[in-house]
Amino acid sequence: MQELSSLVEQALAEVAECAGLAALDEVRVRWLGKKGTLTEQLKSLGGLPAAERPAAGQRINDAKARVQEAIEARREALTREEIERALAAGRIDVTLPGRGERRGGLHPVTKARLRIEALFQRAGFDVATGPEIEDDFHNFEALNFPPNHPARAMHDTFYFPDGKLLRTHTSPVQIRAMLERGAPLAVVAPGRVYRCDSDMTHSPMFHQIEGLKVGEAVSFANLKAMLHGFLQAFFEQDLAMRLRPSYFPFTEPSAEVDMSCVFCGGEGCRTCKHTGWLEIAGCGMVHPNVLMASGIDAERYSGYAFGMGIDRLAMLRYGVNDLRLFFENDLRFLEQFRTL
Amino acid sequence: MKVPYSWLTDWIAVPWDAAGLGERLTMAGLELEAIEPAAPQFTGVVVGEILSAEKHPQADKLRICRVATGQGEPLQIVCGAPNARAGLKSALAKVGAVLPNEVKIKAAKLRGTESAGMLCSAKELGLSDSSDGILELPADAPLGAALRDYLHLDDTILDLNVTPNRGDALSIIGIAREVAALSGGKLAGPAVRAAGAAHAQTVAVHLDAPAACPRFAGCIVRGIDNTAATPIWLRERLRRAGVRSISPVVDVTNYVMLELGQPMHAYDLAKLEGPIHVRFAEAGESVTLLDGRTAQLQPDVLLITDAAAPVGIAGIMGGARTAVSAGTTSVFLEVAYFAPDAIIGRALRWGLTTDASQRFERGVDPAGQQRALERALELIQSIAGGEAGPLVLTESEAHRPVRAAVTLRRAQLARLLGAQFEDRRVRAVLEGLGMRVAPLPEGWRVEPPSHRFDIALEADLIEEVARIVGYAAIEERDAVAFERVRALPEAAPSEQGLLEVLAARGYQEAVNYAFVDPQLQQRLFGDVLALALANPIASDLSVMRVSLWPGLLRAALENQRRQRDRIRLFEHGARFEQRESVTREIDTLAGVACGPRMPEQWGLPRPMREPADFFDVKGDLEALLAALSARAEIRFEPQSHPCLHPGRAARVLREGKPIGWLGELHPSLVRSMEFVQVPVLFELDWADLALDRPAYREISRQPQVRRDLAVVVDESVPLSRLAERVALVASSLLRDLRVFDVYRGPGVEEGRKSVALGLIFQEFSRTLTDDDVARLVAAVVADLRVSFNASIRE
Repeated sequence: MQELSSLVEQALAEVAECAGLAALDEVRVRWLGKKGTLTEQLKSLGGLPAAERPAAGQRINDAKARVQEAIEARREALTREEIERALAAGRIDVTLPGRGERRGGLHPVTKARLRIEALFQRAGFDVATGPEIEDDFHNFEALNFPPNHPARAMHDTFYFPDGKLLRTHTSPVQIRAMLERGAPLAVVAPGRVYRCDSDMTHSPMFHQIEGLKVGEAVSFANLKAMLHGFLQAFFEQDLAMRLRPSYFPFTEPSAEVDMSCVFCGGEGCRTCKHTGWLEIAGCGMVHPNVLMASGIDAERYSGYAFGMGIDRLAMLRYGVNDLRLFFENDLRFLEQFRTL
Repeated sequence: MKVPYSWLTDWIAVPWDAAGLGERLTMAGLELEAIEPAAPQFTGVVVGEILSAEKHPQADKLRICRVATGQGEPLQIVCGAPNARAGLKSALAKVGAVLPNEVKIKAAKLRGTESAGMLCSAKELGLSDSSDGILELPADAPLGAALRDYLHLDDTILDLNVTPNRGDALSIIGIAREVAALSGGKLAGPAVRAAGAAHAQTVAVHLDAPAACPRFAGCIVRGIDNTAATPIWLRERLRRAGVRSISPVVDVTNYVMLELGQPMHAYDLAKLEGPIHVRFAEAGESVTLLDGRTAQLQPDVLLITDAAAPVGIAGIMGGARTAVSAGTTSVFLEVAYFAPDAIIGRALRWGLTTDASQRFERGVDPAGQQRALERALELIQSIAGGEAGPLVLTESEAHRPVRAAVTLRRAQLARLLGAQFEDRRVRAVLEGLGMRVAPLPEGWRVEPPSHRFDIALEADLIEEVARIVGYAAIEERDAVAFERVRALPEAAPSEQGLLEVLAARGYQEAVNYAFVDPQLQQRLFGDVLALALANPIASDLSVMRVSLWPGLLRAALENQRRQRDRIRLFEHGARFEQRESVTREIDTLAGVACGPRMPEQWGLPRPMREPADFFDVKGDLEALLAALSARAEIRFEPQSHPCLHPGRAARVLREGKPIGWLGELHPSLVRSMEFVQVPVLFELDWADLALDRPAYREISRQPQVRRDLAVVVDESVPLSRLAERVALVASSLLRDLRVFDVYRGPGVEEGRKSVALGLIFQEFSRTLTDDDVARLVAAVVADLRVSFNASIRE
């Protein structure tokens, strides 16, 4: 039995010397495997008297268990060491930038337009579109602009040799929508519009959105509520709004829409030219001549219409102070609006 | 229009100060654009009289004046003005006075002579932009009075924006009428005395176009002195209204026009030959106007002629031949009504907008001619003397404009405005505006006054009620909500969703003008037809774009100039395709990519640092199209395009239908446009970007088997044909085909390429055996050998 204990000593020494998991497994096989030295000891039991066998067997199994235990402990230690080595080797600089593409984004005017569309869609309006090259009928005549009327001169129209023109406002979509859909209807029509005018505050191409609602009891009071609700929702501010009488050939009554300045809250600042008000839209009740030109019974139906500059709304919303920036396509500008 | 507050108060008691008035008018539709003082701030300036003016002994141009101020001893003032003369009353800034721009007047010595103040010009007092000398005040100006008080300079000018429908408001009386309607006050203008004729001379007037000119009042004034000075009060009013003083006759015609809104014209009687005709021009006629230009006349231009020739364009501008001058001693005054239709649009043909045309186009009170003429006669005679003859009104009764009565229904008023008004209030508002109102069971019968050209329909009256009551008085009311569920076609992709696909791949949306440089467009597209503007704003913005590429390339160049080496831009907008005389407006999505494949970053393998090429952008398009359909067949077919690299251009087809282009810019354009990196361009028709609704297909639960093949074929064999054959031979068992390498070089003969294919097989109902797969691969290989003379690299 002296022999067994020395074997155990030897096995434990070998276990302790193992530097890696593979070596440890070799040691395990050599001592505890099917043909391992300690396993072989059990075979010698056959040569012992029957009475001694249980005790001897017990001793051999105890010896095996001790070695097994030592191997397990060593394995645990070695595994831990190995993980620690791997961790130490795998340390990275987490402050390095991530890989891959950098996102682009939508144009601020598009962002504003989509937001405006979404707000009106929530209020029951459909989005309608119309052509940018229009004829005199849709852009002027059906909108109750008499030929040569001074109001036409205010529009600085781009013409083509054949008499067609670039639409000066999104209002022709009103006519198209009414002719196509009939009453009742509620649409907004966003799009590019054109006027031959270019300076600090005018671009020959800009964006408008037109709104039109026609129904059996659509009133000026409804128009006020809709516009005020829209402005408050778009700017997420408790804005004041006022309507000033004005003139558009296609609405009667007509109004200019002012809202309290989003920058100074109506106190007066540079943006609002110290008036506290910002002119933001034109609107009115659809002129009976326009309803009639669009095939709608002006006795049965009434409607309101409004038009706003999307560029202006975007400028106010995002604090852009120069309209021209929208059309210069400078990436340094555009990239500032990359968020969804 | 500029309205001096003090002038308005001649006509009506204004219950508000100038700012309050501006606010009220703004909220009634006459928008206040600016408000400014009639004169800048100054103090210490009084009316002084020059008692004597002696030449300064040391200076030729200076005079030593003794100036009385009504108090104490006369003051000694040195003055350089040529008009400083004994007996003249002028503006004296005394020592201690402060002139505009903080100029302080101190006692001074000029060339050794004491000066106790300064005689002032209109310019020095901020009353004019230029002056010839010191201010000349009338002889009855009260000595010593503060100039500000004497000239009522503590006045305010309201600049109002009058909308084109309100011609009636282009006058002091027009604004006064608005004030009356808003305040409930009564108009009380200066009384005009009807003059008796001092002689019997008249000019015969023939209304040859009575619909265009149904009324013409005329009168001859003889023996005037048109060199007389227009009194300062009248000149001041003209100045405040923004009109220059010229001569008594012209000043008076302008004054009356500003006050009453009735334009008028004075002819030098000596130059007028025979009777006046008002008629339309004949072809080929022309007239030289007051401003010296010669206007060629079309037959829709209304003329005033005498026996010889045209003497003016009616309602727009008089002619040079009969113009009034300083030497004029007799004038014929014309005060007419011209119908807006006869005037509208004509002046602009000669680039003109005159005070007269502006008013006639919008509508002048057809009942106001006589009063205006009487007012003018009175003023001319008081300034320039002379004797007026009989006032002759020539009229075509049948053509006199009439204002039809309009019915206003109580129920319609409430329905359109969404608010209720008391009958009493409605009636008061309309009557306050000068309308004649008679009650009807359903509302009112309303006759608009002659000066209102904008009241023809019920809606017009509703607007009048609303604007005078005030839009603020109409309370906001939510409409009854739509409860119908509206259509939401699934085939129409969300615009935002589609644009976001490109944004997520690094593209930034641009917005370009729809008109472009014709030269650039021609360089890109050859002799493509493009719609040209008749009146472009600039020659490089003069034709409609046939593609979004000109704008995008220009934007890319601009950004390259701003030192951006990696540019990804896209645009969504219309392009304009021109076929003969038909223009098609095509909703388009286009983009440009130039510069490195990936943004600069660490750890990129070398190929990923290369400039983007065809395949990078193709990947972007595939991602875009994959967002639209899981099953649509998309093909890229080689095809040449005028501005693309002939070997690197493709037509994009969806289910066989062309939907756009993809390609690299032609090398010669890359060079001539000075691109540092090759731009890759794409353009797709938005209408073809429809969304396919996903449809579920059974998932196979059997394992997949993959076999790789390196197929060596001629360069000319496109992958699409290889793939077609493989798919055909392997039939339904081929689940997927991947290309994981394309190799040229050692081991592959010149002119051939090795394409590494990954074939993924799967059977739906059973597991494929090795034998099955081996047979499939063998069949594929055999076919490729035959079809493409392919060899297989081991």
